[in-house]
Amino acid sequence: MSPSHQGYHQPVNALGAVHGPAVMRRLAGAARWLTTPLFPDDYLSLVNPLWSEAELCGRIEAVRPETADAVTVVIRPGVGWKPHRAGQWVGIGVDIAGVRHWRTYSLSSPPGRPDGRVTITVKTVPNGLVSRHLARRTTPGTVVALTGPAGEFVLPEPPPARLLFLTAGSGITPVRAMLYDLLTGPRAHQGTAGRKNIRHSPAHGTEHPGSPDVVLVHSAPTPEQMIFGAELRHLAARFPNLSLHQRHTRIEGRLRPADLTAICPDWAERPAWVCGPRGLLQEAAEHWPADRLHIEHFRAAAQMRVGEGGRVRFTRSGRQIDADENTSLLAAGEDAGVLMPSGCRMGICHGCVVPLVSGRVRDLRSGQAHGEPGDLIQTCVSAAAGPVEIEL
Amino acid sequence: MSTAASARLVDAEEFGRELDRIRDEVIASLGEDDARYIRNLIATQRKLEIGGRVLLSASWLPPAWAAGTAALAIAKILENMEIGHNVLHGQWDWMRDPKIHSTTWEWDTASPAEQWKHSHNVIHHTWTNVLGKDRDIGYSAMRVSPEQRWYPVHLFQPFYNVLLALFFEYGIAIYDLELERIPSGEKDLREALTQLRTVAGKIRRQVIKDYVAFPLMAGPLFLPVLLGNLSANLTRNVWAHAIIFCGHFPDGAEMFTEDRVDGETRGEWYVRQLLGSCNIDGGRLLHLMSGNLSHQIEHHLFPDLPSNRYGEIAPRVRALCERFGLPYSSGSLARQTGSVWKRVLRLALPGPARHAAEKAAPPVSGLQSIG
Repeated sequence: MSPSHQGYHQPVNALGAVHGPAVMRRLAGAARWLTTPLFPDDYLSLVNPLWSEAELCGRIEAVRPETADAVTVVIRPGVGWKPHRAGQWVGIGVDIAGVRHWRTYSLSSPPGRPDGRVTITVKTVPNGLVSRHLARRTTPGTVVALTGPAGEFVLPEPPPARLLFLTAGSGITPVRAMLYDLLTGPRAHQGTAGRKNIRHSPAHGTEHPGSPDVVLVHSAPTPEQMIFGAELRHLAARFPNLSLHQRHTRIEGRLRPADLTAICPDWAERPAWVCGPRGLLQEAAEHWPADRLHIEHFRAAAQMRVGEGGRVRFTRSGRQIDADENTSLLAAGEDAGVLMPSGCRMGICHGCVVPLVSGRVRDLRSGQAHGEPGDLIQTCVSAAAGPVEIEL
Repeated sequence: MSTAASARLVDAEEFGRELDRIRDEVIASLGEDDARYIRNLIATQRKLEIGGRVLLSASWLPPAWAAGTAALAIAKILENMEIGHNVLHGQWDWMRDPKIHSTTWEWDTASPAEQWKHSHNVIHHTWTNVLGKDRDIGYSAMRVSPEQRWYPVHLFQPFYNVLLALFFEYGIAIYDLELERIPSGEKDLREALTQLRTVAGKIRRQVIKDYVAFPLMAGPLFLPVLLGNLSANLTRNVWAHAIIFCGHFPDGAEMFTEDRVDGETRGEWYVRQLLGSCNIDGGRLLHLMSGNLSHQIEHHLFPDLPSNRYGEIAPRVRALCERFGLPYSSGSLARQTGSVWKRVLRLALPGPARHAAEKAAPPVSGLQSIG
């Protein structure tokens, strides 16, 4: 089992929910005597890979087009999947030409779907190995490895009475999950009465536990390229407490923070959840006070450099590889065939930290070189600054 | 033992470059079919094991006992050889699947994977057939090369080679502890004791599984199940012993002295791997059941290439050897096994003295055979 999987999900057996974890643990312990040196899991997953608790898996059940270059992938997660919170991401390991490739995607479905499935919505990236594979070559029935869910881009409990979502492109995906959670989740049903009050007197909204007053400002180049366009319009028509502002940037130009005043006069009073390209996040960070702003990165905001890099040696496995100045140690290790622990792959979750034995590394986000022997370094956002040794 | 083979003038570096080319081609072409091969094989092997154990639990019918024992023996052979040995070599690490990876794999044998990987992958594959370095020469217990000094204890080696064959998995587990290096201080006693505890822990679980847990589950069929499991383990042991001894000890395999390996180049390393290894001729079934160690030469040249590819590159390696005038030692299972036993029997006695003529001049590559 990859270390990256530890800590993300509790080992709960397929039947654990029915018979109680203690009994199952004892049974599994007894069964271990029969399957040694393997685990009962290794035989159970012969029948159904989704029953494996050691390696969290999911089965792709459908791939639905959203726009010309985006698809929604419907996944049935296996045993051990911990229900997610709206806005969180999942790590997905896809086998392409026999090699497992890991990516992280925001979950676009709200938690607690009655059918137990979750969805991710993938926009294909030009030359993107995994996104193109998922969009074009993945068939229902494919089993993928999963990690997570994880991530801090979530709503507080209870959610604020008024809030603003500012999204662009595929930045809508975690926000879609949040919208459904807010508007149709269990909380919304409990607070039907409250919702009406909010609509009529937003100033008193904080007292009401029901669905809050939501403003969504979503940008996409054209109406055709707007992911979830029709669905969002439908939601806005159905829920009066959701006001949707669509911005078609190829026609109307990019949305500037200054434009917000016209769209949402009380924006300054609303906590904001912002997800989209780097430019949007930067502007938002300058525009909002930090305590009201929640942002989600798509990938590590790497600063491209020229020069440096070096030979990376993995001391325990004895493997080594030359990595350039813009290649993360995580990617380098994976290319060398080392089982690298990993998580968000963007410097947030610390699921990838490993001890540095020697050498220095450069933080791909800040460009700063650092590292003393024994330091725990985040391999997903660190590149080699000269020869490096890592304890793996 | 073959003699002047390595004494020929050999452009070892060019030979090495050609082999590197083959290696690069195979690595570049690894893909979905290879991944499917190992996953299907693992699934098949596990189903076969379950099938064997189920049949054994119905072994009041004699055919069920025989079929169950055979299925279990085949499953254990596949698990140890084509799967375990090769996964532990890192042949499948390129898939980045944590379930089929050299650092996470554990196999159904007495030897813990971690210790075996050291003694086998590091010591044996680096120092193949170098006297005083490669502990696999006679497994530190037998005299399989005339170069090894004769001791009276070697008189009994035909007898204890039979015992080793029967209890091969335990032999390997103890062998990995490198006990013979403790008196000289080369090996730390405490380290050996720690390793011994690990081995004991693993053997305990293995023994309880096959000789206590499964027989008990069979209730009144305790004894047939125990005997079935015992037979399967013995069969696997004898088979593994036979295949492995055919890899480096038949006539044709050469031994090397330590001083001749000093400063060895990659090309020379390739030549030594070739000269120290012997193949077994046979069909696809033999290759599969031997874990493709029937392609011992290809395996020693490319220990971390997936074993399902050895068969396709073997003719190219052979052609390359012809081109460079290097021997490519290969024979039927019967011939190679006969050759091994002849040597075990002959070398139980002192001698033979080496002929002066065999002390051939070293080749340009710097390698010298001492057969």
